[in-house]
Amino acid sequence: MKEYARFLWRCGRLSFRGNGIYFAWMFALSVIALVGLNAYCKQLVYGLGTTGMTDQVSWGMYIANFTYLVGVAAAAVMLVIPVYVYKNKELHDLVILGELLAVSAIIMCLLFVTVDLGRPDRFHHLLLRFNFPISMLTWDVIVLNVYLLLNLHICGYLIYSVYCKREPSKWFYVPFVFIAIVWAISIHTVTAFLYSGLGGRPFWNSAVIAPRFIASAFAAGPAIIIITLQLIRYFTTYRVPHKAILTLRNIVTVALIINVFLLGSELFTEFYTDSVHNASAKYLWFGLHGHSALVPWIWTAVSLNFGALLLLVLPITRREGVLAAACIMVIVGIWIEKGMGLIVPAFIPTPLGEIVEYSPTWNETFICFGIWAFGLLLFTIMVRITLPVLEGKLTIDTIYHPEKHYHTGERSDVPSQPVTQSPRRSPS
Amino acid sequence: MRLRIFDSLGLPDGEAAQQTADGCGGSCGCGDGSTPPGDGGTVDDGMNRRSFLRRGVAAAGGITALAASLSPLRDLESEDVPSVQAFLQKHYKEMSEDEMEVALDKIRDSVQARYDIRPEIRDIKPMDGVEFVYALNLSRCIGCRKCVHACVEENNQSRDPEVQYIRVLEMPRGSTNIEDGDHHYERATVPDENHYYMPIQCHQCANPPCVKVCPVEATWQEADGLTVIDYDWCIGCRYCEAACPYWARKFNFTKPKLDKADLNPEMSYLSNRPRQQGVMEKCHFCLHRTRAGKMPACLEVCPTGARKFGNILDPESEVSLILKTKRVFVLKAEVGTLPRFFYYFDERDPYSQLTVDSVQVQPPHEETPS
Repeated sequence: MKEYARFLWRCGRLSFRGNGIYFAWMFALSVIALVGLNAYCKQLVYGLGTTGMTDQVSWGMYIANFTYLVGVAAAAVMLVIPVYVYKNKELHDLVILGELLAVSAIIMCLLFVTVDLGRPDRFHHLLLRFNFPISMLTWDVIVLNVYLLLNLHICGYLIYSVYCKREPSKWFYVPFVFIAIVWAISIHTVTAFLYSGLGGRPFWNSAVIAPRFIASAFAAGPAIIIITLQLIRYFTTYRVPHKAILTLRNIVTVALIINVFLLGSELFTEFYTDSVHNASAKYLWFGLHGHSALVPWIWTAVSLNFGALLLLVLPITRREGVLAAACIMVIVGIWIEKGMGLIVPAFIPTPLGEIVEYSPTWNETFICFGIWAFGLLLFTIMVRITLPVLEGKLTIDTIYHPEKHYHTGERSDVPSQPVTQSPRRSPS
Repeated sequence: MRLRIFDSLGLPDGEAAQQTADGCGGSCGCGDGSTPPGDGGTVDDGMNRRSFLRRGVAAAGGITALAASLSPLRDLESEDVPSVQAFLQKHYKEMSEDEMEVALDKIRDSVQARYDIRPEIRDIKPMDGVEFVYALNLSRCIGCRKCVHACVEENNQSRDPEVQYIRVLEMPRGSTNIEDGDHHYERATVPDENHYYMPIQCHQCANPPCVKVCPVEATWQEADGLTVIDYDWCIGCRYCEAACPYWARKFNFTKPKLDKADLNPEMSYLSNRPRQQGVMEKCHFCLHRTRAGKMPACLEVCPTGARKFGNILDPESEVSLILKTKRVFVLKAEVGTLPRFFYYFDERDPYSQLTVDSVQVQPPHEETPS
């Protein structure tokens, strides 16, 4: 126990160590997070009227980001499945990185839901009268929090075992890994059911929402992990196997193909049937009665998705730079698809046929950026701590010199840990 | 002059001096002091005085920045800061009579503090053997919007922004698709001969999706069929607003603004007491009036008698007769919400007007010879 406290203390100290780029990055994130906190305090005082939301469009950027991040969190399992089900050794250590991403994403999700509440001071009412199992929102509260705990347990336990130079006991984490695989699917399914269960919103009331959520999440999530791995490779001495990145690239490609297929199925059903129920879809894709705020967004998203798909199926994305570009296209494309393409249009027109458009206010945007910055801050700190542990540099009986961790320090004078690769060039 | 505690660092004096001349260092985050040699030593070392000072400055800067970002909270009015009593108040259904009296007293005090009027507030329960139903005669409604405003006056809604429970659509003749309706028609006089008018408010569904989705049971259906909201329990997630197919639910995006002169002091806990910022509200068929035998405000103000209200369990009530004799319909029957709000057109009962004798009915299929 005392040893564990010392471990946490060292981790805390370590998160304040790093080179200039690290500090610049952390400083920028802290500033953005504080600006977001400031904006949230304004919202607390003056109400949700500080956002662009109205009675007509009663959910906006917060719920859109929440939905997207649930997907990112769920996608961590796409690293877990190859390792534990298909025994893919290349990805083994990277599982922990995926799970750290899941932890940060879930924390961001919970923050996005909290800032969306009109009365966050009554959060405890959830504990006192929980409308389970009728309300899908209560399911979501349960699955998200359990998923957070599962991932905290798995990566916390593995990292601490490596730190203590102990072989992790399989019984202590492998069952949880398999529960987490099922759970990851469940968090995104339940989140999709939040929307698809509403008969009054024909745009959401479709069985394809849940599978499409999962397909798009399994494209966007691994794309974020690829970018993370590339950054880790660039900035640290940690050895990221190139095969791991290529495996992830295949996952993104397949998920994107399925996503595009499901999108096509949805569009066919909406527009071939051409019933009055497709008013929201018409508004989204082509504009309705002269209102067309979302049209440029959705076509941008579709172009990005198709563009990325084209790049990913070509061998050209075996090159790091092109792969990074394709991944960013996927990340942005799917973010637009979830926010501007799924949450907002369901409210336009209203169930009574009124068309009121939505655009987020600055205050609302600051809060969104603040939460993203806070999440990235957490993720950076967790990765910052985990990498030296995995490399065996930070263990129970070593004194760790953090600046040697950075190749920018150009000091590889620790004989036991030679720099195994130069940055930016991938081992063949 | 080095203190003994720093000896463990093993830093020679010269190196410490060199650091001092080395710009601002790393931890301020300006990015210009990228890891000066020996900076901060190792994780497990102590700290020297300079880095201690620098950390102190950084921590102070961080705390200042945090305090600055929290500063808008100073604008919170004291009455908006949740009190311990508010925090501990139970859900409506769990409150004993005494606890309800305490809650009502709290409301009386806060209304008096804010509007200088002691309100008549009580918790009025459903009557036995009563299920309320509304019927609206589309042939008579002229779209004057008097009901919209009478509702706002009766129910103490916020005036700025104005929260309304009733929306009147101007519908082109020949269409029953509400997406063809005009929400914002402005005319010198109504009715317009090419249109008919369709007021829409909470339909008090027998299968309400809003109740289903609420995560904290802040909204529920009462024995007389009214779906009500405990404004002190709602967490403001607006899931019910997304679920309602009739756009009946309204959210207090800002603190409701209501002048003293506009306050209606006849209140009840589940209906028209003043609402707070960040909670949901909607039409409750004026339950503080209707549970006491009166008619809803929207009905009383209607100049054409288009609105009919009553107890469907009483076979002699006006609404029972309407449901029996008129061809009524409900909005969006396909969503399965089973509304208690019926629309009808005012034709005479076609069967009573028939001048021919009864006609023998034909079988559904021609009989096939066996």
